[in-house]
Amino acid sequence: MSLSVKHLLGIRDLQRQDIELIFQTADQFKEVLQRPIKKVPTLRDTTIVNLFFENSTRTRISFELAEKRLGADTVNFSASGSSVSKGETLIDTVNNILSMKVDMVVMRHSASGAPHFLAKHINVPILNAGDGINEHPTQALLDAFSIRERLGSVEGKKIAICGDIMHSRVALSNIYCLKKLGAEVTVVGPPTLIPKYMAAALGVNVSYDIREALQWCDVANVLRIQLERQNTPLFSSLREYSLAYGVNRQLLDSLNKEIVIMHPGPINRGVEINSDVADSGQSIILDQVENGVAVRMAALYLLAGKKSE
Amino acid sequence: MKTILNGKQMAITIDRLCHQLIENHLQFEQTVLIGLQPRGIYLSGRIHQTLLKLVPGAHIDYGKLDITFYRDDFNQSKTLHVPSETSIDFSIENKKVVLIDDVLYTGRTIRSALDAMLDFGRPASVELLTLIDRRFSRQLPIQPDYTGRTIDALISQKVRVLWNERDGNDEVILID
Repeated sequence: MSLSVKHLLGIRDLQRQDIELIFQTADQFKEVLQRPIKKVPTLRDTTIVNLFFENSTRTRISFELAEKRLGADTVNFSASGSSVSKGETLIDTVNNILSMKVDMVVMRHSASGAPHFLAKHINVPILNAGDGINEHPTQALLDAFSIRERLGSVEGKKIAICGDIMHSRVALSNIYCLKKLGAEVTVVGPPTLIPKYMAAALGVNVSYDIREALQWCDVANVLRIQLERQNTPLFSSLREYSLAYGVNRQLLDSLNKEIVIMHPGPINRGVEINSDVADSGQSIILDQVENGVAVRMAALYLLAGKKSE
Repeated sequence: MKTILNGKQMAITIDRLCHQLIENHLQFEQTVLIGLQPRGIYLSGRIHQTLLKLVPGAHIDYGKLDITFYRDDFNQSKTLHVPSETSIDFSIENKKVVLIDDVLYTGRTIRSALDAMLDFGRPASVELLTLIDRRFSRQLPIQPDYTGRTIDALISQKVRVLWNERDGNDEVILID
């Protein structure tokens, strides 16, 4: 058994078996992370560079921990303070790093498709840690893994993805991942934040009514409003957005069932989600973060093994 | 294909191994059993069950260990190994550990197992029990403390241990 891909650029390229193999492997890494010594020597002869051309807290720390717990050596790069500001191209930057004998690349970039472009020019495995508004595959994998952990499986479950669908790479990767695993997906948010033709292109339901979507779903994945990617105003104010689409306790109490609440972070408390929801027993937000390390260990392990085939 | 042990012989051998364990560990107060994934756990399961019958009132800790992440051939192996479950929900600190696997061949699995086990604590001692010992084929200085049957086999030959739970019958066969 091995992955059908050489790079993890997006969930779009994966088969269902690939996702299941990653989950099966992540289960075992989750057990490793409970041991007195939370580290295995598997990748001790592998060096991994984390190229972050865009800000990140969770993903970056999570990847770095995953790499260290696999025994790999890590090098960190951030665009600010590097020669990128002197005008070096992406390929030059990466080739210079690779010539120092680096075996794998984890990359985040604000341009959609940057890792795909890089994959055509270098021959080491690349893991996409988020590219623009395209995909964030490891986030979708850890989200689905967390749903599977909480509800037993993903197949047949109803998932609502709420909020800024337009600018969210998490939304797109989640939709691919959940559909491949046999879940039903509804995207919900203001019409200005949901791309046209979404239903036809991706096979999801579209709703503009948050209450209706929450009543329908088993799990609600609430997304952050990405103001940094919005060039023109798409809603009148954060306050109005919060009143119309914010997930709060009162809204959840008005449903006739208890749904699971997820959020990929960072949370804008009081905007898309209120603290009385984010910190409640219904929320698996911190489980998502915990599972992130195990899922990323699985992805790194499986891609590193692919390299030697 | 040749039968090394049939079902009846296997049962007798496993019983004998259990009695040898009792000889050295009496009530198993300080002893834990650890079966190696994926193929050793059928043997370790049988031994655990048999010991519980033979030593009434004994509580014997029993875990399963997967060595995939500790292999020494990660970058050389053609196929990627998919890990199995590890479940050791007790401390092995200062315990006498009996490692259990079905076939001892090059010794590399046991080397990995020793590494993996040390991440769970520092045992007082470690012993090795195998159903089949393929002697003269060791690549590392590792020998079993309890052996079901010692055999000589060519490198080109394969030893397969079949279990009722998984394969439908108990048998040890040599495949050319």
